[in-house]
This record gives sequence, structure tokens and C-alpha cells, in this order.
Amino acid sequence: MVDRIANPWGERTPYGAGESWPAREDEFLGGDLSPADVDAWVQSASVLHSDGDAMDIAVKDGRIAGVRGRAVDRINHGRLDPKDMYGWQANNSPDRLTRPLVRENGLLVPSDWDTAMGRIVERSKQLRDGPGGWGHFGFYTSGQLFLEEYYALAVIGKAGLGTPHMDGNTRLCTATAASALKATFGTDGQPGSYTDVDHCDAIALWGHNVAETQTVLWMRMLDRRRGPNPPAMLAVDPRTTPVAREADLHLAVRAGTNLALMNGLLRQIIRNGWYDEQYVRAHTIGFDELCATVDGYPPDRVADICDVKAADVERAAELLGTSQRLLSTVLQGFYQSNQATAAACQVNNLHLLRGMLGVPGAGIYQMNGQPTAQNTRETGADGDLSGLRNWGNPHHIQQLAGLWNVDPLTIPHWSPPTHAMQIWRYAEQGSIKLLWITATNPAVTLPDLARIRRILAQEGLFVVVQDLFLTETAQFADVVLPGATWGEKLGTLTNADRTVHISEKAVDPPGKARADLDIFLDYARRMNFQDRDGRPLIPWTGPEEVFEAWKKCSAGRPCDYTGITYDKLRRGSGIQWPCTDAAPDGTERLYTDGRFNTDPEYCETYGQDLTTGAEFTADEYRAKEPGGRAFLHAADYQPSPEVPDGDYPLLLTTGRTVYQFHTRTKTGRAPQLNDAAPDVWVELNPADAGELGIAEGDLVSVTSPRGTLQAPARIGGVRTGVVFVPFHYGYFDVDPADRVPRAANELTITAWDPVSKQPIFKVAAVRVAKVPQGRK
Amino acid sequence: MHLAHYLGLLHKAQLNLADAFRQVADAHQEEPDIHHLCRQQAQRCEEHAERLRPFARRYAQDAPDEPDRLHSELFRGTRTGGIGLLRDLQDLYLMVCECDICWTVVGQAARGVRDQDLIQVVERCEGETAIQLTWLRSRMKQAAPQALVVAD
Repeated sequence: MVDRIANPWGERTPYGAGESWPAREDEFLGGDLSPADVDAWVQSASVLHSDGDAMDIAVKDGRIAGVRGRAVDRINHGRLDPKDMYGWQANNSPDRLTRPLVRENGLLVPSDWDTAMGRIVERSKQLRDGPGGWGHFGFYTSGQLFLEEYYALAVIGKAGLGTPHMDGNTRLCTATAASALKATFGTDGQPGSYTDVDHCDAIALWGHNVAETQTVLWMRMLDRRRGPNPPAMLAVDPRTTPVAREADLHLAVRAGTNLALMNGLLRQIIRNGWYDEQYVRAHTIGFDELCATVDGYPPDRVADICDVKAADVERAAELLGTSQRLLSTVLQGFYQSNQATAAACQVNNLHLLRGMLGVPGAGIYQMNGQPTAQNTRETGADGDLSGLRNWGNPHHIQQLAGLWNVDPLTIPHWSPPTHAMQIWRYAEQGSIKLLWITATNPAVTLPDLARIRRILAQEGLFVVVQDLFLTETAQFADVVLPGATWGEKLGTLTNADRTVHISEKAVDPPGKARADLDIFLDYARRMNFQDRDGRPLIPWTGPEEVFEAWKKCSAGRPCDYTGITYDKLRRGSGIQWPCTDAAPDGTERLYTDGRFNTDPEYCETYGQDLTTGAEFTADEYRAKEPGGRAFLHAADYQPSPEVPDGDYPLLLTTGRTVYQFHTRTKTGRAPQLNDAAPDVWVELNPADAGELGIAEGDLVSVTSPRGTLQAPARIGGVRTGVVFVPFHYGYFDVDPADRVPRAANELTITAWDPVSKQPIFKVAAVRVAKVPQGRK
Repeated sequence: MHLAHYLGLLHKAQLNLADAFRQVADAHQEEPDIHHLCRQQAQRCEEHAERLRPFARRYAQDAPDEPDRLHSELFRGTRTGGIGLLRDLQDLYLMVCECDICWTVVGQAARGVRDQDLIQVVERCEGETAIQLTWLRSRMKQAAPQALVVAD
């Protein structure tokens, strides 16, 4: 078998345009186990990235013993990401939390569920009393739970407590995808399908290091590249990622300048007549304004702003403008950078201009980072409203009030749900007094960690952390709740091309750990949330009941699940929403007829100004008479909130390695993955390193106005003027006595995109210096 | 012809607004969006003032003496805290309103003197001023419930 650490993508199975991607069944079993020894194979899908790869979990003697890709599945055709092949071992890790913990005299001590939940409920009831009680609650959730868990949480927040302060760490990963889709097409919902890789003749990767973040999707692209009629490939990334090395053309733009590049590319496409005039006229609004804006970005100016060659801008435009079936995919290089939503909208614009949407091979993936980020958006456990509804539309609020049988005024809809960074700000100011964090690790992932630690430690903030391990964040908690995870609980999850999978319970969770859904349902019971008629607001007892309730909420909305049942998911292997009586097998592509979800009664937003985030009213929106057409939004380039200066002359960009996920709570506990990437490093361009007298392996310090970290240098892999640090590394596996700052987010700036409110992790000004030997 | 006075009024109002945006940006650095966007809008106001200058010169020679009580004073410094932020944004809102109505008035005069160049400047800048109003309104709507009902 191929060593999937040395070669994360495995063997090539080349195929040509229009052919079916050959299956390749990846499998890994722990110890000396052979397939014949396995007691049972249990259906599931990945929770270590957003690709949605389907797999079966091997069970031996009541424990998870391995995984095997599902060859029948439309997403992965049997392949597995190395993180999935090895990551399951973390489930069996000896340091799993097995009992609730509560803080006594400053220390976390083992406890029981009654005590732990009793404390949360007691504090909740105190806070809820009195006017404005709702405003003391903040929920910071994850992109790693199941749909049913998010929906239960959304109903607790929106109809039980009536608080708008609920968001996910999905704000850090997928908020811009949602914002860009809403802004352009009227509602969230990925237009494309992964099968577009099978049909395309060009692939553009916009700040998307897919080779390391969604390896199986990359395998599909590589297999097309090795087959007959391979697609052309364009990569935009300040780093020389595996994607950039494979691409025919790599634009290593200066971090923070994506929008200038996009404006320049669209200008070339329009000026050269490479756009579909008929499609633009019939299906879009805003062409003249778009032309007026992008006209100010000739190749020379773009070259100047982005620090790339003007000729390469022209070549890239030609690659995009002359393709016949163009596939685009966008991720953190755009989403976590300056002017995120505006830049992501320009990718949508590219496809609208070229009329390349809704047909095989012509697709857009506004990707998700985390495995179930899509579900937080659908259910409204983040800054969205359940069922992709519009908080500004009173009819949508009425629908939810009817569904939940509560007063419409209970549902907070006076402004958009509070975004994550604002929730943390309210906690910092002391108006949020209970912060409930589920399945995520903000003490490593949020910008400016010194500030986040200060907030978590603040007197008067009651912190609940629900997780598998005693994470960096859990150490600040007043109550720690041990969660069951993937393979230990039942639920569904949806990936970045709208494919819904079921994930079965294969084994029991360790000790007293509980499914996140059971914890939420228990809280709802103890809080005695009631509907308008005094009946329990949340009467459900298990995931399938919640799923059936969710289907009612999704009915008639873009993410319509009404044609899906657990039974149907078990009989097949992945169904794409919308799935209804009219489309019982799901829907492969959206907008096949060029009609978009922009009708004022249906849309999810009335629109925002891309530069400030100013929100337009229903009347202003109606006056545009969208009539099913998509919006061509445009904005001018503006420099990032922080740019290099004399004190901090370099730009920091943070990112990922193929071997780790998030803050390594799971992948850091899988020996193969941990050994492959055990510690942080700093990537420097040879020219910058030379000037600073830094050689490969030297210990260097990286310092921003917020903080500093130390790590060994790797020379190469990144453009001049830019420094790269992977964000995965925190402190859980470092002895406190030996702790030297190493988390990338010690350095990052608290700033966010005005529309999506996604924090800017890709642009911070830093200086780098060699650490004299012996001075660690 | 009194157009020059209104151009002067608008020019001064834009510069006052730029200054107020900067003061609010500096006073509320712990609200990163306020800090960043107020600085951005300060720059925009200065651009507006700059665009007006050639027209102020163009019409200055025809102008009689400036009338009394032409300029107003809407801003007297920043405040702190959640409710202080709301009040500061409200001050900015009123100052943008003043600019907004000035653009309308100047736009009407520009049509009266058939000045195509000035009409173009007005059309661009009044749109950007309208966005400032919409942004401030959006941000205040977001902040109001927590500041007025929830915070201690």
C-alpha cells in the first residue's frame, strides 16, 4: 500500500473529460487487524474537513478499529484523506474527557451530570430573569457537530432564550462563502457539483490550497490532469502550495490584494469580448456599474498593486476567458483576507459574465473549511436564520414563529444575528455573562490570543465548554461537559456540494461522555422552554425526531430536505439537497435555467454595500427589480486594515498543513499524523531570509503589534515580503514549564470583512528576527 | 450668485465630518470595525472636499459676502462605553445628514447653472454620502439593544 504520509494523495487513476472517475478503495485498520477480523462496518462520512468523503467505520470488540472509503459514494469513490485514514485513533485516546468537570476553588474537578448541568441551569435562570436577560447569553459553536445538534441549538437560542448572540467558529471559515452566495444569487447554496471536475476544461483555484485541505477533491483534479484532455489550471496564492506547483499559471499575489487582481481579470475579459452578452443581459443586474469599476484596473495597475507581472494577469484572463467549461473554487486565501466578500463575489461575477453556471463542468465552489459548516448555515446555529431565511423579512419570521409556536417578537430579528467577533466583544465588555462554547477551541483559533485568554479568564463571565478533550479553551471553563464524537453518535452532515450523509453510531462513547444533542436536549428540558401554549418548545428525544422537525423548517427553502429520510440515506450513499417529492434523488446543480433566488419574498438578504457592510432595506431591494436575475456586485480595491511599515515590514499569512485539522485536538492524537507534522514552523522567502541572515532550521521570532512567537525557519515556499505560519499549533501537548509562544494567532489582528464579518487571518504586519542560540 | 457660499458650506462640512470620523475612530479603537471604517470614511470625506475645491474657485468671484450663521457646529468630542459609542455614531449620522442635504442643494444649483462637471461630482459624492448614512444606521441598529437594554 502507498504510504499516505509520504504521498497524501495516493496513486493516480487518470480519466478523461466526461468519463466517470474510477473508484479506488482506501482502507486503514489499526494494529495487525485484517478485514476478516472486523466485527462490523458502519456507515459514516468525514468530520476532519469539508469534502464530505464517505466511509465505513470498522468496529472490533466495541471499539473503532479502522476506516474504509465507500467506493459507491458520489463524493470520494472510495478514497480517503490521510487525516481520515489515521484520525479515528483519537477517539480511543486515553485522555478523552469521561466525566463533567466543575470549577471548585479555582480548580476544575471531576463531577457528575446533575451537578454540572445544575450549575449551568442555575446561572442561566438568574441571567434570564429581567428585561434584556436574553442579551447575557452567548453561544459560540462549531463546524464539527451534526445537523440535528445545530438545529436543536438554534431553536434553544432563537425561540427558547430569544438571543441573537449565537455564532460558530464557522465565522472564521465559511462566512464569506455564505455572504458571497447570498449577495450574488439571493440565497446561500452551492451552485456546482463535485462532478464538475469530470467535465471542466479549466480549473481556477482562488486562494484554495485544496491539495492540503480537501485532498480527495484534489485527487479528482489530479486524475483529470493526468488523463486525456486535461483541464488547464490557474492558482492564485502567495505561497507555492502543491496546487501552485501543479498549476499552468500561478499568480503569487501580495497578501491582501485579491480584489485588485479580480477587478483586473474581469476588465480583460470584458474588453476582449470574452463574456456572454446574451446571458449577461437576460440573467444579471449591474453590468454597467461593474464595467465602470473594473475599468480602473488595467494590467499595469494590477501588477503594481498585487506585485505580479502584467503579462501574467493577461495570460490568466485569457485562460479564464477562452475556456469553455470553467470550474472555480474559492477558500481561505480569499475568505480570510482583505475585502473577502467583494473578492469572492468577483469569482461569482466571472462565471455570470461567461454564462458558466448550472451546466456540467461550469461550476463554482464557494468552499467550506469545516466538515459541517454547511449545516450551521442551514439550521441557523451561526449568524444565519434557520432555513436560510431573511431576518429582515417579517414573513420569514412569521414562518418560524408558526413552526416553533412562539411569539414572533421572541425571535430576535431586529438586526442580523450577532457575529462571533462581536459576541466576544460583548463578553469583554461584560454584557454577555454566560458563554457556551461547543466543540471548538477559540483559545487557539481566534485572532489576538492574548486578548481572547484575557476575556475567557474574566471575572463574571461564566464559561461552559463542551468538548472531547481538555483543550486550551476548556482550561478556562467553569463547567466542562464531555462530548461524544463522530462514530459515537448518530446524525447527518452536509458537505460543500450540498451532499447529505448519515453518520451512524458505531460504538459507545467513553465513560459518561454524551452526544452533543443529548446535552442540548437535557438543557432545554431543565430550562423548561415552552411554546405559546405552554407545551415543551423542544419535545424531541433523539436525532431522527430532530431531523424530521428540521425537514419542516427547510420545506420550500433552497435547502429543502423534505425528500430525505434516515432510511433513504442508509440505503444509498449521499443525497444532494434540495431533495423533494419533485426531485426525490436530489439536485445535482442549481440555477440550470439561469433563474436565481433573488425574488424579494424568497431571498435571504436585501443586500449590503460591499465596502462598509451598510444594509439595504426591503424597499431599496425591491426597487432594483431583481426578477430572478443575479447581482453583479463591484467594489474598488482598498488596502487591508494593517499594512507593513518600518517597524513591521513583512506580511504574515496563516494557513494549514495536510496532516493536521483545526487545533490538532484529534489529528495531534493520531501518531502517524502527529509524527508527520509535530510542531510549528515559519516559512520565509529566500530573499527575505537572506537579508535577515536566517538559514534553514534557524530558530526565529515573529513579532506583530499583538505578540510574538518562536519557530524554526523553513526557507522557500512563499513569495517575497510574506511570512507563513500554520495556525494549528497551540499548547495542549506542551509542558507549561517549557511553553514558548507558538500559536500563529498570538500575532493576528482583530479585524474583519465588513460584509461577512470573517476575521482577517491572512494579512498582519510582522517583523522576523533570528533568535540568538541558547536564548529560547 | 450665492452658489459659492453653499460650496463653501459643504466643503467645510465635509472636512468637519472627516475630522469627526477620525476622532471617533481613535476613541473607539477597541471596536475594530468602527475604528477601521471610520478612518476609511474620513478619507472619503476628504476626497469629497478635494473634488469641490475647483468649483469653489470657479464660483468664488461671483459671490457677494458670506451671509451670517452659515456654518453649524454639530460635534463636540467623543464619549466612551456602549452608550457613548451609540451617541458618537449618532453625532456622525447628523453630520452626514448635513452633508447629504448640502449635496442635494448644490446638485440643484449645478443644474441651474448647467455645470455638467459639478453635476457629475455631486452624483458620485451624494451616492457615497448615502452609503455613509446607511452604514451608520445599520451599525447603530445592531448596537442599540445591547447598549440600551442589556448592558449594566
